[in-house]
Amino acid sequence: MTVETRDTQAQDATAGEIQTIVAARRLRDTRTVFIGVGRPSTAAILARMVHNPDLVLVYESGTIGAKPFHIPLSIGDGELAETADAVVTVPEMFNYWIGPGRIDVAFLGAAQIDPHANLNSTVIGDYDHPKTRLPGAGGAPEIAASCGEVIVIAPHAKRTFVEKLDFCTTVGHGDGPGVRERLGFRGKGPTAVITDLGVLEPDPETKELVLTQIHPGVDVTRVKEQTGWELKVSDALETTEPPTAEELSALRELLDR
Amino acid sequence: MSLSDAVESLVGDGDAVALEGFTHLIPFEAGHEIMRQGRRELELIRMTPDLLYDQMIGMGVARRLVFSYGGNPGVGGLHRFRDAIENGWPRPVEIEEHSHAGMANRYAAGAADMPCAVMRGYVGTDLAAHTTVAPITCPFTGERLTAVPALRPDVAIVHAQEADREGNVQLWGIPGVQKEAILASERSLVTVERIVDELEPRPGGITIPGWVIGVVAEAPGGSRPSYSLGITDRDNDFYKFWDKMSRDREQFTEWMNANVLHNNHVSTA
Repeated sequence: MTVETRDTQAQDATAGEIQTIVAARRLRDTRTVFIGVGRPSTAAILARMVHNPDLVLVYESGTIGAKPFHIPLSIGDGELAETADAVVTVPEMFNYWIGPGRIDVAFLGAAQIDPHANLNSTVIGDYDHPKTRLPGAGGAPEIAASCGEVIVIAPHAKRTFVEKLDFCTTVGHGDGPGVRERLGFRGKGPTAVITDLGVLEPDPETKELVLTQIHPGVDVTRVKEQTGWELKVSDALETTEPPTAEELSALRELLDR
Repeated sequence: MSLSDAVESLVGDGDAVALEGFTHLIPFEAGHEIMRQGRRELELIRMTPDLLYDQMIGMGVARRLVFSYGGNPGVGGLHRFRDAIENGWPRPVEIEEHSHAGMANRYAAGAADMPCAVMRGYVGTDLAAHTTVAPITCPFTGERLTAVPALRPDVAIVHAQEADREGNVQLWGIPGVQKEAILASERSLVTVERIVDELEPRPGGITIPGWVIGVVAEAPGGSRPSYSLGITDRDNDFYKFWDKMSRDREQFTEWMNANVLHNNHVSTA
């Protein structure tokens, strides 16, 4: 493939497509991934198509090793159960599979993310008198505590990336280093936050999220403007490798199915 | 027994009722019958409230809600659930919320007739301070763990594909917490797609002996717009339709009267 083709492809890709493609790349060497619906599910199916055909997709509904041809609307779509290697009950999913850390990577979303990658999916405003009542915890707290690592996928906006959460549904890195160990969590916690503008990763020492990667055509000022705290930028900031023709056409084909 | 007689004999005003089914086999028809019979002041228990509880909450049936995820799977929020919690419409609803792991363990403890379950979870979150959990120390290793209280609903209602004439039930596909919910509850109702002479074992199928089930009632299509794997398909379009239609209180009430209560003239609020 020529450089020219790649540039054309990169210019063609929407911010959302780049976000999905970047998330899929993270699963190149992963054995098992835990996913919810929406962009995480699309990214994991894409990863199976172009990077890692043996990737084991695990959905909260109890389907282990699902091989969906279509992007499911819900985590409980029939195709997931019909194509799975095993289908287990909810208590078994949490007690035998998630809790002991058998899943390598978990994709999670959230309505709010703070500088230490803690997540809120419960309420905006006061808990007893919420301005917006969100769906709630679901499986997120225990998934984030126990899976090998967590990758957060979220739209990059000021109302999402906040200095302080209205409610801590899911612990990422607490208020800094040592918190996860103190709480007895087995997994590494969030290792990346993939947005439509770039990638944030926790600083190895402070555990505060740092901008390490920006997507093609995005400038750092814009990322900072869309982050609700004083966002630190890595000295080794990289530009995301543009989507390849293969990645982009596979993604579009998948979305069209 | 007919579904209507079953609901009449098993569900009373003020009962704690668990209608389970994790995105699959959701007992919509039984829930609709509860509303048609005008039951009131229920404590509704369910991991994923979903559209069925959105309907029941919006019709003012619930006094209290126990849950772990109140969303329209893959589509967005639940507007009636939100309106009840944010604005108290049509009435305020008391809530007790957990994580999925917590709810699943609470059902399992109920099924085992244990007072509580022990798990790793809740620590470090704000949820711990807003729900019923307690720290507990392992007597063997000293590890700090979390105890969650057993769930013991008055009535469990689930949907399954098949029952035989002795009332033994088989369900397959995503099994959720249906078996745990039945075993944890005082009384139980299983609605089924069909009654067969003999249950034919299915891969991954779960069979529940008839003698632990209160009542089995035939309700073909009884999980729609959810689905019964191998028999009906999930109506994804309906889940999207619900997101638009249910935003407006009046439109919601009219729709429920026309399509669920089968009555266009009676106000039900």
